[in-house]
Amino acid sequence: MLFPPALCARLAGAPGAAEPLPVERDPTAGAAPFRFVPRPVRFPRDHEFFEDGDVQRHLYLQDVLTQVSEAPEKSMVPEFTCQVAGCCQVFAALEDYQHHYHMLHANTCSLCSRAFPSGHLLDIHILEWHDSLFQILAQRQDMYQCLVEGCLEKFKTSQDRKDHMVRFHLYPADFRFDKPKTSRGPAMPVAADLLARALQDDGAAMEVCSEPTALPPCTRTYNHRIPSTVCFGQGATRGFKSSKKKNKHH
Amino acid sequence: MWSGRQARFRPLACGVEELRRRRREREAALRKARREQHLVSKRLLREDAEGPCAAELLREVEVQQFLRLAQSGTDEKEREKALVSLRRGLQHPETQQTFIRLEGSVRTLVGLLTSNRALLQLEAARCLHELSHSEQSAVAEACLPATSYLLTYLSGHSSDFIELCLYTLGNLIVESEAVRKQLLPQGIVPALAACIQSPYVAVLEALGYVLSQLLQAKEAPEKIIPSILDSTLPQHMLRLMQPGPKLNLGVAVEFAWCLHYITCSQVNNAVLITHGALATLVLLLLDLAGTVQRVDDAGLELLACPVLRCLSNLLAEVPVESEGEEMQLRDERVMAALFILLQFFLQKQPSLLPEGLWLLNNLTANSPTFCTSLLSLDLLEPLLQLLPLSNVVCILVLTVLCNVAEKGPAYCQRLWPGPLLSCVLNTLTLSDTEVVGQSLELLQLLFLYQPEAIQDFLQQSGLQALEQHQEEAQLRDRIRALQQTAIHA
Repeated sequence: MLFPPALCARLAGAPGAAEPLPVERDPTAGAAPFRFVPRPVRFPRDHEFFEDGDVQRHLYLQDVLTQVSEAPEKSMVPEFTCQVAGCCQVFAALEDYQHHYHMLHANTCSLCSRAFPSGHLLDIHILEWHDSLFQILAQRQDMYQCLVEGCLEKFKTSQDRKDHMVRFHLYPADFRFDKPKTSRGPAMPVAADLLARALQDDGAAMEVCSEPTALPPCTRTYNHRIPSTVCFGQGATRGFKSSKKKNKHH
Repeated sequence: MWSGRQARFRPLACGVEELRRRRREREAALRKARREQHLVSKRLLREDAEGPCAAELLREVEVQQFLRLAQSGTDEKEREKALVSLRRGLQHPETQQTFIRLEGSVRTLVGLLTSNRALLQLEAARCLHELSHSEQSAVAEACLPATSYLLTYLSGHSSDFIELCLYTLGNLIVESEAVRKQLLPQGIVPALAACIQSPYVAVLEALGYVLSQLLQAKEAPEKIIPSILDSTLPQHMLRLMQPGPKLNLGVAVEFAWCLHYITCSQVNNAVLITHGALATLVLLLLDLAGTVQRVDDAGLELLACPVLRCLSNLLAEVPVESEGEEMQLRDERVMAALFILLQFFLQKQPSLLPEGLWLLNNLTANSPTFCTSLLSLDLLEPLLQLLPLSNVVCILVLTVLCNVAEKGPAYCQRLWPGPLLSCVLNTLTLSDTEVVGQSLELLQLLFLYQPEAIQDFLQQSGLQALEQHQEEAQLRDRIRALQQTAIHA
């Protein structure tokens, strides 16, 4: 198509439009046997009008998904140790360390060293485990909140909460982050506890325990959560599909 | 600035001609699937594997060994290696079957997925991802016990892991309505609404993909779209489509398609309009038109297509020109942008021309302002140049011309004198009834509002052109009426 030269300039110009020409219709316009009526058109989702565009979309998706299933190359570095107190895991790839840090240290309770997959679950843990005020209030009102994000229901006991999650949210009855407390002695010093846990059974490490026993009273004046805004030098835009990472160190 | 997708270089195992042939085959398969209404299917999601499966078939005892080692080995590295071997083996469909038939296998995998060993978690998630790809329902459904954890992990911070969980969920969503019936009460919508606030581009792209699969489900208009419209997802989607320095093409493409699936389902588009969807789409349209002039072949049509569709469908619900409607709906830059995109389609993807012209129809149908813009920006001739391309395009162009002509004499005076009449006489020589019918409608309007054109019509042998079709049942009455008008003029 040959455009008038001013068109591209118009696009870059200011918003606005010329005053519309006067409209003046004759009643015989579009009258039988003619039938034209100006009409905006809607197409529903499965209309064949969309076929070509939909096919192009799916061709694109096929390429993307084929790339996604290939495991990414890792940035290999000289071996180093995780610097968090009590953790002695060794890593040779930055992505591995990043994942380790986020899963084990980012949402960790600084009082009992339990790690949680999200800030949401950590917050609930702190409330139900380390907050004596919670225990008091729980005797009088429904305090155990549903663990599913977006659900506002609260319950009198942790068992009631579990029943709700199983029946209403179709969660498994043995959901890992809602296990009843295993018998535990008085709290151990933090570093030793972490080390001990690092060598032990995997399953117990991440729990929201429902019935805490005697615990140090919570002082709410400081933040229990380790800040999650740690940059690992890869930058926020790096992702699963990033390509062409050079293996500098083998 | 647009940051384009990084093309991943795959070694060319075959020549360009072979690639083209394969692409044509894939296209044909997709077209067939769409006509049969199962375009969203596991089988079609991944490009068919080239050649036999590369993974070695594992025997049951080997699968058991790997699992046992992964779960209770003493050395960290050994456990990891065992899981990696298992994951590789799971690329083979028969090994997948073997795996799910082993008692407690999925349970063990879920246990590793939720353990505190980060690297085992990651590998376990990759194993699940392999299983989720399977076209065998039994294999994919074996992953269901993991979904509550996959959703929980979406609120974490490990972007690679979240991305993996998302693509796994995406595969499971496509699997069956039964799977979606589990995911919805498990809170997939709030989980996505929380996850969409992530700053990671790869996560957002994966999330957009998952959402688009969810929105294409058969039961989406009744069961899924209402809760999505109730959530904060629409606002976030529109935020991620705003033009500007932070706009990422891959992310915008996904959410534009999501928006399209919502709007064309016509559940409650008024909600989208209150969130500012029209404003965002118009800005994006202008931005796209500017970009296609600067950037060559960056896959921009993948974004242009859903943007045009959303605008067209939304405009059909909103009166384009009425009191108090916002400025952007009278902005003639929209007209300029649309024509620049039509030109772009003409060069890169001609099959999208009808969609662009559909928007042009919806813009001009009830808008004197846009009809005037089309004339004042001298876009009549470029529009006429599209007439010969195909019947579908021809009908759409003629419809737009009718939209302009029916507004009265002031508009028709700008249609003739000029090249329009001879173009319409050309379309009269075509055999398609609908094309000819639309031409007749245009002629009636032109003769009515600009009678001087009739002489020109007669001089260009217009009557003979009409005679060709006078026996055609659908055209007969209109032809006779035009013949009468022309003769009596």
